[in-house]
Amino acid sequence: MKAPPFAYHDPRSRDDLIGLLAELENAKLLAGGQSLVPMLNFRVVAPDHLIDINRIPDLAGIRLSADDVVLGAMTRQCDLQASADLAASAPIIREALAHVGHFQTRSRGTIGGSCCHLDPAAELPALCALFDAEFDVAGPNGARVVKVGDWFKGYLESALEEREYLQSIRLRRWPAGHGYGFSEYARRRGDFAIAGAGALLEFAKDARIRRAAIVVFGVEPAPVRLAEAEQMLVGQTFSETLLAEAAAQASALDAMADVHVSAAYRRRLAGVVTRRALTEAVRLAREAV
Amino acid sequence: MSARKISLTVNGQAVEAEVEARVNLADFVRQAIGLTGTHVGCEHGVCGACTIIVDGRPARACLMLAVQADGAEVETVESLGTPEALSELQQAFRDRHALQCGFCTPGMLMTIEALLRVEASPTREQVRDVLSGNLCRCTGYQAIVDAALDAAKARRGTR
Ligand SMILES: Cc1cc2nc3c(=O)[nH]c(=O)nc-3n(C[C@@H](O)[C@H](O)[C@H](O)COP(=O)(O)OP(=O)(O)OC[C@H]3O[C@@H](n4cnc5c(N)ncnc54)[C@H](O)[C@@H]3O)c2cc1C
Ligand code: FES
Ligand code: FES
Repeated sequence: MKAPPFAYHDPRSRDDLIGLLAELENAKLLAGGQSLVPMLNFRVVAPDHLIDINRIPDLAGIRLSADDVVLGAMTRQCDLQASADLAASAPIIREALAHVGHFQTRSRGTIGGSCCHLDPAAELPALCALFDAEFDVAGPNGARVVKVGDWFKGYLESALEEREYLQSIRLRRWPAGHGYGFSEYARRRGDFAIAGAGALLEFAKDARIRRAAIVVFGVEPAPVRLAEAEQMLVGQTFSETLLAEAAAQASALDAMADVHVSAAYRRRLAGVVTRRALTEAVRLAREAV
Repeated sequence: MSARKISLTVNGQAVEAEVEARVNLADFVRQAIGLTGTHVGCEHGVCGACTIIVDGRPARACLMLAVQADGAEVETVESLGTPEALSELQQAFRDRHALQCGFCTPGMLMTIEALLRVEASPTREQVRDVLSGNLCRCTGYQAIVDAALDAAKARRGTR
């Protein structure tokens, strides 16, 4: 189908954007358009105003500091994928991006769009959860920072207020040599996953796990950290028993069901992808030692 | 509604037009410019038939508004070759029988064209990966992958 009519605005600065957000009623922001334009074409959304943020020059970019990686909301998925800095400091990101849509959608799709749209199976919000991200948002009433735990409000719902926009996302870096693993299962390459998992591990010199982060996505309406499994792993030397216990926790999540996939199958897959992600993280962490 | 004046280049030619904001880039190149090589299948980003190259990158023309292409360089399948002088990629499609009904072909060609510009020697696996974004109901894909690899080889030989 074709998009319904709307008034189109393309602000050239953040100030102009804030002005439009303050003034316009029933407006939507347009980033990469890879989720919003299908919704317009299907007419599941019908905004009166579309505010295209593609021409605001400083909303994209990748900045690294000793502790953080800051990603501008309008950074394209293909640019994240191509970044050597990102591949060196947080290699799981490149791994995951290979699963975000297709070559042709990644050239327009942005990280900000993905994190505001919040498909339950989206990889990038899941990585934000894994890296304890902070979301830098702004609007007519000023700027604020939202912690990742508060960002996910529910199915396709973020903590953004109606007149706010996402400026950038700050990820906490892990030390060099950390192990990482990413695994998802989709019926076809590029489709949204039925279930997926990411894991980060850091080992101490005595081969005990110093720190662990595990995220499971596509299973509940928003990505979930397996906090209990993470705590269980810390201080231990890795074993098959621990792996099985972590996978069991993923399989105990409150899985969604839809016309294609039952909750039981999703739970089962959640365990499988968690096991695979952790196994890979352990392998890479050991290789790095 | 809100019509806008835009100027862009399409296949190297300057184009100026007035366009309504809700018109997508696929409809614009087909209807306003008359380049009907770009096909429209699903209009929600899934089939890849509308794939074109915008500022050097492959994109779904159905998911971009024409107004967003103001100032852009757009390339469509018509830019690749002519019936008398097919590009290496088009020739490889013909030689390998990489099309049947031809509906998906413009998108396939533009996707592979975009790939070969950034990756002159793709592996079979890389070709399969990028083609996951283009659906074909006829060929079974193998001949398309073969044609892409042939074209890569031919281009390496001549450029
Ligand atoms: C065929 C296909 C397959 C796909 N497969 C996957 C997949 O496997 N995994 C995956 O994660 N995604 C997938 N996607 C979606 C992905 O491509 C989109 O890029 C992403 O979901 C949205 O990003 P966008 O930049 O395109 O945002 P848009 O579509 O422009 O916007 C999405 C929403 O976010 C809002 N928004 C965008 N930016 C901001 C901002 N800075 N501040 C406030 N609000 C904002 C918009 O108003 C809109 O509501 C797929 C898309 C297609 C077409
Ligand atoms: S028509 Fe654009 S992807 Fe199908
Ligand atoms: S040749 Fe018919 S759809 Fe591909």
